[in-house]
Amino acid sequence: MEGTGNLSGVFRIILQRLLLGLLTLLIVSIVIFVAVNLLPGDFAQAILGQGATPEAIASIRAGLGLDQPMYVRYFTWLAGAVQGDLGTSFAQANFASFAGTDAASGMSSVAQQIAPRFQNTMFLAGVTAAIAVPISITLGVLAALYRNSVFDRAANIFTLSSISSPEFFLAYILILLLAVLNPILPSLSSIYEGMGFGERLEKTLLPALTLTLVVTAHMMRMTRAAIINLLASPYIEMARLKGLSPLRVIVVHALPNALAPIINVIALNLAYLITGVVVVEVVFVYPGIGQLFVDSVKIRDIPVVQASCLIFAGAYILLNLLADIMSILSNPRLRHPK
Amino acid sequence: MSLWLELVLILVGIGLLAFALRFVGRAATGQAPYFRDMPFGVAFGYVFGAAAVLWGIWFYFQDNATFFRWAVQGFAGFAVAAYLFRLLGRSVGTQRTRKLFRGMPLTASFGILIILIYALVAIFAGAIAPYGQEEILGQANIVPGGDVAFGGNPEFPLGTDQIGRDILSRLIYGAQNTVGIAFATTCLAFFLGGTFGFLAATLGGWLDQVLSRSVDVLMAIPALIFALLLMTIASVWASKLGVPLTVFMVLIIAVIDSTRVFRLSRAVGQSIVVMDYIEAAKLRGEGLGYLIFREILPNATAPLLAEFGLRFCFVFLTIASLSFLGVGIQPPLADWGTMVRDLSQFINFAAFAPRVASAPLLAAGAIALLTVAVNFVVDWMLHKSSGLKE
Repeated sequence: MEGTGNLSGVFRIILQRLLLGLLTLLIVSIVIFVAVNLLPGDFAQAILGQGATPEAIASIRAGLGLDQPMYVRYFTWLAGAVQGDLGTSFAQANFASFAGTDAASGMSSVAQQIAPRFQNTMFLAGVTAAIAVPISITLGVLAALYRNSVFDRAANIFTLSSISSPEFFLAYILILLLAVLNPILPSLSSIYEGMGFGERLEKTLLPALTLTLVVTAHMMRMTRAAIINLLASPYIEMARLKGLSPLRVIVVHALPNALAPIINVIALNLAYLITGVVVVEVVFVYPGIGQLFVDSVKIRDIPVVQASCLIFAGAYILLNLLADIMSILSNPRLRHPK
Repeated sequence: MSLWLELVLILVGIGLLAFALRFVGRAATGQAPYFRDMPFGVAFGYVFGAAAVLWGIWFYFQDNATFFRWAVQGFAGFAVAAYLFRLLGRSVGTQRTRKLFRGMPLTASFGILIILIYALVAIFAGAIAPYGQEEILGQANIVPGGDVAFGGNPEFPLGTDQIGRDILSRLIYGAQNTVGIAFATTCLAFFLGGTFGFLAATLGGWLDQVLSRSVDVLMAIPALIFALLLMTIASVWASKLGVPLTVFMVLIIAVIDSTRVFRLSRAVGQSIVVMDYIEAAKLRGEGLGYLIFREILPNATAPLLAEFGLRFCFVFLTIASLSFLGVGIQPPLADWGTMVRDLSQFINFAAFAPRVASAPLLAAGAIALLTVAVNFVVDWMLHKSSGLKE
């Protein structure tokens, strides 16, 4: 009886958060759409150029539904996006594809462009997380264990420096050390379809290490701070007085109680990875969604920019949501309300 | 795979040495408590640290360790400079500044020193730089280092870029442009975020609701991504209106960052608004402007100042990243992010011509050094104001 009551309480909170996240995503999609529509001129003018006749422009507008009012276009776009149809990329579109001579090959849908790159980016983020999370928790526990020692100070200086360096600086330092001076890893990540896992991992390792340096620092500092915060608690004092070793006190008694903030900061840092991935992918020419985004920004390929922006925002919101839900689940007081 | 084997062997060796260290320590001191109660991890740490130091000393004198030598020399140089600066600060100045310097860790004095140097270079860039930032000097692609054998020229110590502009001058002007623009952007972000944050905190009601919810939405989009999206749109408008893109960039980043400032100043403001002295001021019949600028602002300075440092770093890095991606500060203005991108191929020459490879790293290092310095100072300020001892 009581058990079901607790469960539904937690579920209600989680459901609330999920709905709130969905609502945020919806509003964000409106913001993105409106921002993109602030552009002077439109798709039809962009591909036809200056000397286009009004009739040609009107016919393309009608063909793409650009003559509809903005809110109609928004819902069309949203309905398409929900079904995985993110529109047509400008980069591959040309006049021929609209004149009907070359209808099949000239058009490239945004979804086709994004799908393989999305997988690559996910792989990069996954490798980074697999390296960064264990390292940062271990280092954080060690720094809390030997707080104010030489190790702690060195770790503090090192992490502060790597948090505050730009991603491309860390990337070039790693290229210098691991690719040029000691040729261990390739400095360019040329990834193609049907690559073996090992080879793919090797090509991904350098960008993943760069991102690891960026996020580890923050996660480690938060782990250390979360544990040290707890060290003044009576039950830690008790554990110490029982004669337990400092390592055991921290790993068995402090760490489980510090889990909520740690999980929170891990999820937030994975969300941060999304931003960091853009610069790192450009440095290593990694064929991920970040590079596609930057390239599309440069050539003003609006549908791709719009779609990648939506994907980045969606992932960001999702991870923040995850952080929220995980910290609720890891808090026994919320799981077992009185 | 032999590399991994070597690594494992080294770790096992260090582990064995750590055992030996503890054993010898116990035997030599006759079970002194320090060695008797030493966990294995601590012993491992000592041996590991000693091994790293020994390896560093050995490697320092190797022929191919040019970059390592520079790094060590740079680190030592900065440490000594920071130490001397702290000594200077302790003996010169008013009672208050001397007291400030006495309790200062070396990292903080390093940070203050670097910020001072950057500010001076930025202000006097025109006087320090040997050439103009847009001056094209006829000789393109001169290799950095001033070594004639490699294709350098002593007149251009860091060489020239693809179209013949002096890299050293551009680095110096970069301090003015990159740091100056970042500073202006941060100030604008603080003006916007601070004003609206305090307004939301004092007035509350629907204004607070509207502002807070819109900030929530804006913060749900990753900052760099949103900035890139808006820059795409701004670049079209900039060419249409004839306004430099850099102006748009400052506005866009200021607005995006003001959301973070808004959150903080609203939270800080709300905790101040409930104080008795605000109530007293309201009863005296003071206006909104007086409340915000004379009552709330002076009491919110400490957290806002620390936030200013962090925000500056963030804005500075965002601008550098945007420029590195090619959509930030536009040429012909010299800027560090753009320089890193333009010079990045030189890294590949590192194995046989270290001086050549140092050019892109200098520009990237210039960015990193300033943000590290600001972070060190902010870290110290936060530590000091929180009164944390552990």
